[in-house]
Amino acid sequence: MLVRAKLFATLARHLPGTHPGAVIEADLPEGATVADLLAKLGVPLSEARMFFVNGRVRPVDWALQPNDEVGVFPPIGGG
Amino acid sequence: MWILRLNMADRSYRLEDVPAAYKNLGGRGMTSTLVADEVNPQCHPLGPNNKLVFAPGIVTGTSAPSSARVSAGAKSPLTGGIKESNAGTPWAHDLASLHIKALVVEGQAEAGNRWLAHLTWDVHAARPKVEFFPADEYAGQSLYEAFPKLYERFGRKVSIAAHGVAGEYGYANAGIAYNDLNGRPSRYSGRGGLGSVMARRGLKFVVLDPQGAPGPEFADKALFEQGALKLANGLRQHDITKPKGALNSYGTAVLINILNEAGGLPTRNFTSGRFEGAARIAGESIFEGVKNRLGREVYNHACSPGCIIQCSNTWYKADGSEHTSCVEYESDWALGADCGIDSLDDIAEMVRLCNAYGLDTIETGTTLAVAMAAGVIPFGDGKAAINLIHEMGKGTPLGRLLGGGTEMAGKAYGLTHVPTVKGQSMPAYEPRAVKGIGITYATTTMGADHTAGYTIAPEILGVSGKVDPLTPEGKAALSRAFQATTAFIDSSGHCLFIAFAILDIPSAFEGMVEECNGLLGTSWTADDVAKIGAEILKKERAFNEAAGIGKERDRVPEFMKIEPLPPHNQVFDVPDAALDSVFAEM
Repeated sequence: MLVRAKLFATLARHLPGTHPGAVIEADLPEGATVADLLAKLGVPLSEARMFFVNGRVRPVDWALQPNDEVGVFPPIGGG
Repeated sequence: MWILRLNMADRSYRLEDVPAAYKNLGGRGMTSTLVADEVNPQCHPLGPNNKLVFAPGIVTGTSAPSSARVSAGAKSPLTGGIKESNAGTPWAHDLASLHIKALVVEGQAEAGNRWLAHLTWDVHAARPKVEFFPADEYAGQSLYEAFPKLYERFGRKVSIAAHGVAGEYGYANAGIAYNDLNGRPSRYSGRGGLGSVMARRGLKFVVLDPQGAPGPEFADKALFEQGALKLANGLRQHDITKPKGALNSYGTAVLINILNEAGGLPTRNFTSGRFEGAARIAGESIFEGVKNRLGREVYNHACSPGCIIQCSNTWYKADGSEHTSCVEYESDWALGADCGIDSLDDIAEMVRLCNAYGLDTIETGTTLAVAMAAGVIPFGDGKAAINLIHEMGKGTPLGRLLGGGTEMAGKAYGLTHVPTVKGQSMPAYEPRAVKGIGITYATTTMGADHTAGYTIAPEILGVSGKVDPLTPEGKAALSRAFQATTAFIDSSGHCLFIAFAILDIPSAFEGMVEECNGLLGTSWTADDVAKIGAEILKKERAFNEAAGIGKERDRVPEFMKIEPLPPHNQVFDVPDAALDSVFAEM
């Protein structure tokens, strides 16, 4: 199945030639999770803190559906 | 340590010993206690009976990391309730260095007269002294013009607190400006109109020169140093606050993308939770934009001495010259997404103008957005928005209307879609998409204020646990806990951003408490933090109730309860009983 991933802030450094928030298409087997997506993209789980699937906060073991859009953030803060 | 009172009616001053009941107070705890004890809640905020109080935090002026904060407090012309607005600035450090635990500005100078108070250390008498100078010559000037003149006159080592023309006009949206480490007038007690309270006392500037003052006094220096080290280690270790971490690299505007992703970035006067231009104004784009214009990576700088986090950015023009510092998340959002503007150059210009005129960037942006909703100018028109800020700076009739703030603009144009609580505009998180922060907006004594109880940490950032931002369940207790802990941090003198580290790292939390104990000689524990904070909140609440602001004002505007917000199509569905429980169960 195809899903769309967006890596923000420092995570984009794992995909040279791209920029933070760029949409990246990934082909994953049915039932793949957010963690599987990160493994496919070569993003270490230890660097990722927050996962949004279609704008909703989800855990890393969330099972993805075809055409899901996944936003991944490292630890960030501000105010 | 002293309480220093400036009487602006006759330009006299008085040093008082700190009463026993005030000995352990600092920052917000001190300003709110003094305002509650001495200001009639029924007084007019701009009239003779209001007082403006400045207080450095408990550990401000020491080597405690990220602790150069000052609280300013008074009855607010914007909300009509008690106000505490704090800032990180060298001025805070210098106020504490002069052994001043509270600076109380009372009385009023003759109408139209402006004065400068110059505070120095009298080595022979071993106490601070004050001289007053006429300051009429600075009236009407940009603060970018006035600050360099003051440095020329008093020396580059002084620090400055000021109000701009916004305060001179008496705008409910006038902040108090302080210098940053480079002498820019860019650090603000922005919210609540305190610049106008300062202006109506007839006090234009407070210039501090702590040369010759002795260092801080400790009850137990070893304990203080142990605590400061634990906290510093926590800040250096936590991914958010460490050097070259998220805040140091991308600044607070790193939040633009994550709030947009969560559908909680208020856009075009709170009509959507997503802005199609978000990526163009995000912290990552600021970092890249600066890199492109200067040809090198620039990490952020400290707003005040002794800060480990260092989150203040600088934006540069296309020719490489400095445009402004700094483009904070809140300013970037208010003047950007909330107005439908996606040009960092336009946003930077508006930030610069707010600093020049002495306006709160948040209230300014949300007011412009309301003006756009009313059709005064189109959404997305950065140049027209810049012109409206100039109208405020010139004091034209339209400018005065907008200077009165978001609620006033909404009333003037007959809008129902006005995002305020207790007269203060909401900042950069949508209550319909992030329910806990909506509870904080509704119930804090400050009017809509994210810093009062930053539930965004667990709701969006995964700090101190993770909770679903869209559910209202359990959020009243969450907001209450954050509000109480925050009132303590705001009293300690630390920047609120230490919360990211201390909420995740228990030894860093202990360090903050040990610092306070080492300075004051108290024996507080981590469990006391929320209790001490809650006591401060109760004083503020009692003041507001006496001013006519009770629990029926702890509500978000009606439109948020009936208009679903895209993309999640949620309304603010927190029951009134849950809102009331925040203080009822404190």
